[in-house]
Amino acid sequence: MPIHAAARAMRPLFAALARLTLGLVAAFAVLIGAAAAQPAPTPIEQLLLDHTAEIQESSRRTIGPVIDAIAASGIDGADTVLERWSNRELVARTTDGRIFLGARQGNDYVLSHVITGEELATAPRGDVSELRPNRGIQGLIATALVRFQLTNPDADVRKSAVASILSDPSEEQLPLLREALAAEETPSVKREMLLAERLLALRFADDEAERVAAIESFAGDISVTARAAITPLLATTTKVIEGEPAEDENVARVLSPGSETFGTAAAYDLLVRNDMAPAIIDAAQRDAALVANIENGSVAGVPVASLDSREARDEAYARLAAAGTVRPTLTEEDRDDLISGHTFYEAYLQPKAITDAAETALNGIQTKVGAYQVLDLSLDALSLASIYFLAAIGLAITFGVMGVINMAHGEFIMMGAYTGYVVQQFVPDRTLSIIIALPLAFAVGFVAGVILERLVIRWLYHRPLETLLATFGISIALQQLAKNIFGTQARPLTSPDWLAGSWEINAIAGISYIRIAIFVLALVFFAALLLVLNRTRLGLEVRSVTQNRRMASSMGINPDRINMLTFGLGSGIAGIAGIAIGLYAQVTSEIGQQYIVQSFMTVVVGGVGNVWGTLTGAAMIGFLQKGIEWFNPSNTLAAQTYMIIFIIIFIQFRPRGIFALKGRAAEA
Amino acid sequence: MRAVFAQPSTIIVLLALAIFTGTIVVMAGNGDISTSLVKVLGMTLCFCLAAVAMDLIWGYTGILSLGHFAFFGIGGYAVGMWIMYARTEAIVVAAQASAALPPTPEEIRSAIGTQIFGVVGSAEIPPLWMFAHSFWLQMLMVILVPGLLAFVFGWLAFRSRVTGVYLSILTQAMTLALALYLFQNDSGLRGNNGLSGLQNIPGFEGTPQSDISIAFFIASAVALALGYVLCAWVVSGKFGSVIRGIRDDENRVRFLGYQVTHFKLFVFVLTAVICAIAGALYYPQAGIINPAEIAPIASIYLAVWVAIGGRGRLYGAILGAATVSLLSTWFTGGRVPDIDLGFTRILWVDWWTVLLGLSFVLVTLFAPKGLAGLFDYLRLPSAVKPYKGEPKRIK
Repeated sequence: MPIHAAARAMRPLFAALARLTLGLVAAFAVLIGAAAAQPAPTPIEQLLLDHTAEIQESSRRTIGPVIDAIAASGIDGADTVLERWSNRELVARTTDGRIFLGARQGNDYVLSHVITGEELATAPRGDVSELRPNRGIQGLIATALVRFQLTNPDADVRKSAVASILSDPSEEQLPLLREALAAEETPSVKREMLLAERLLALRFADDEAERVAAIESFAGDISVTARAAITPLLATTTKVIEGEPAEDENVARVLSPGSETFGTAAAYDLLVRNDMAPAIIDAAQRDAALVANIENGSVAGVPVASLDSREARDEAYARLAAAGTVRPTLTEEDRDDLISGHTFYEAYLQPKAITDAAETALNGIQTKVGAYQVLDLSLDALSLASIYFLAAIGLAITFGVMGVINMAHGEFIMMGAYTGYVVQQFVPDRTLSIIIALPLAFAVGFVAGVILERLVIRWLYHRPLETLLATFGISIALQQLAKNIFGTQARPLTSPDWLAGSWEINAIAGISYIRIAIFVLALVFFAALLLVLNRTRLGLEVRSVTQNRRMASSMGINPDRINMLTFGLGSGIAGIAGIAIGLYAQVTSEIGQQYIVQSFMTVVVGGVGNVWGTLTGAAMIGFLQKGIEWFNPSNTLAAQTYMIIFIIIFIQFRPRGIFALKGRAAEA
Repeated sequence: MRAVFAQPSTIIVLLALAIFTGTIVVMAGNGDISTSLVKVLGMTLCFCLAAVAMDLIWGYTGILSLGHFAFFGIGGYAVGMWIMYARTEAIVVAAQASAALPPTPEEIRSAIGTQIFGVVGSAEIPPLWMFAHSFWLQMLMVILVPGLLAFVFGWLAFRSRVTGVYLSILTQAMTLALALYLFQNDSGLRGNNGLSGLQNIPGFEGTPQSDISIAFFIASAVALALGYVLCAWVVSGKFGSVIRGIRDDENRVRFLGYQVTHFKLFVFVLTAVICAIAGALYYPQAGIINPAEIAPIASIYLAVWVAIGGRGRLYGAILGAATVSLLSTWFTGGRVPDIDLGFTRILWVDWWTVLLGLSFVLVTLFAPKGLAGLFDYLRLPSAVKPYKGEPKRIK
């Protein structure tokens, strides 16, 4: 009876079950029907189907194993799938979770096979969800793809795979790389793989000896890559311990607290951070405690008005501490005792064998780097010297021949630079415009110089100081005129494309082509001037006027004509110097002024009226300035200050310059 | 000294200065002229004093120094340091008076350091400022620092007989080096920010600027008068003859047995100190000093004033400095109506410098005696031989 009763009670349940079963069967029928319309999943599709939930969820945290599974499946074309996934070409059919290559057509999607691209079905838009991997997942996929790219038949793909390994190196890439390396045949790719293998090995190889060998293989390699790879191996942390450091600790150096690089405050701070000492009560905390305990105008019996020195405040705090109101502070001695009871040291993060090898390698590299830095600096100095030479040589000639300092020389430089700028406004071709501008700048300088000589300087030959001031008047007038015409903003003087870029000797030493061009220009002018002064009639006359004007005049040389021509020549060279400087800096109305004082220095140091003197002076000032900058690279202002002071002292020993005129001419 | 006052030019200059000063003070007291104009006039008097010194070194001794404005600037910096320190100290003490605890000396010092040097990212008071707390010590620095610098530099230069344009360039280099050094943030003098707020004189917080400006105007006038008399005295006697001899032919004076180096050095140091005092009076009126003030061009302008006014006459220097600097202020101040030429407008702000440069060339070429040379036509008797340009040398 109870059974009957139970059966009766269960009846509705059975009915429900039956309905459910029917429904399920129907559903399966639909499913089977749909499946029957296409071939069964290929292995890759099965794999994707197995992980369809994670794939569709698209979360960086959970997707890793899926990507690895696909990459390691060994199925041909797995890389194509990963690529397509990363490119957002894949879709998932929401009805069954299968993954396809999807292409949208109107309101439907054409679904194709993920590898072959063979058309399999179409589905309405509502049944399809596009897979949109985010950047993080794309990054993971890219990493996984590296293994395929390393064996890709295209050499460029392999190269970029190596580059992508180096941009984000990790431990598991090493075996992959080694595998690819063994099979690699293209020499250029092999070279890069070898380099990458060494770079990975020195960080990730299991065997210490292997890592050491990798490190040693970089000895003498000054490339930034090598230095960037080795330097982190020598990273240290500062540690503190009571007694001696442990045996297995790779100690870089023991620190002595109180030294310049490691003060007692830093040492105590480290103790506090390691909970080896109580925190110090600093001045602010002390004062806060005192203020908090003011009672009736005094702290612990000390009147507030008397707390106007450090000692008085310390004393009041000590009283508060003695009364138990505040935490007692440590005295200086206590602190020193605590510090001296501990050993402070810097420990390497890497084992000793590695750090030793890294240190040796890095020392070797550093020596070499130093040598190349000197070379680089010398190139810089040389180019600076050639600019000074170009700027000063015109001045030296006019000064030498006429004993006249032309303060407007800088403005002739400026006129040359603006000539270049104006020419570039009319001639768009850079090379052609510079070729036109060079002689034109010379002509502009020459004409301006001759006009200045005829109108002003000629009348002041016997008053050199007044010439200085008169030409200064010209200088400020010309400068303001340039400002009025061209405005105050800097104007560009663009160099031709073939002068862009620089000649990189290696990672450290290099020089831009424009500087080389300026150097060559300076050399050409040096040679040309030597030739003119020593091998031509004009040069002979110039030299004779320089040495003894009256005697030259009695020999039938017209000193006025020579003066005019020399002044024109010197000013013309200033115009050319303007082009050179303009190419390297921007053209402003103050461009000449920036170089004029250095030009004076060059002339004074070198000695007047002597091309060799100017060359020596320019070289000396160029190298000196760069040399001082090297000692204090952050501060070029200080470098200039020290250089000028040096020159003032130098003049003490050679008041007439390195190449002084001798004999009667010197007394003039 | 009697010789100084025997010269009518001295009497006339002092009289004119007294009348000018009196007039301005009375007018300023009545409110007829603005405080800013009083300041401009007071600053012009300081320029005149510097120009008198420049005339002594260039017009009388023949040394064209292109570095005397550096001493002017050093004087300004020295006085500015005291003003800034004392004023900041007053502010800091006032600010901390309301604190719970009375401030310790260390707290005051570090607060002053932060206030003054915060702009250059430092809170330390550099050793350079060790006398800045004391008015008297710092006033001593106004004289000592430029004097010492001029002594060392002059001794080095004159000892090795650097002369003529070489010396000019060397002095210019000195100025440039100093300016570049001061431009650095860690020079201890606030880099290119310079010292500012110098018009607020410590201890006179309650006094209105109009009164302070009159006080400085009078002080500048007195300093100019004293400096003028001192320079006139220096050039009047035998000493004056020797330095003029050095100007005209240094070697001949040396062969006569004079220690040319000592004479030159004395004049160099004396004029440097006069310039520094002028600067110390100038910058509290200007209110701000920065390294750009002592760029080489400023020193050249000093020479320009003297040349335009007329070298070799002290009153010429005053005339030149006053004329050129006042005209410059007027033309660059934007008060002068522009000239419309139809096709273009002549903006005086733009063209004044061109005009100045060219007029300077014209003065050098056609009027080597400068503006003061015009007085020759008045046939004023003069005890001192006016400058007739550098003598022609026979080679």
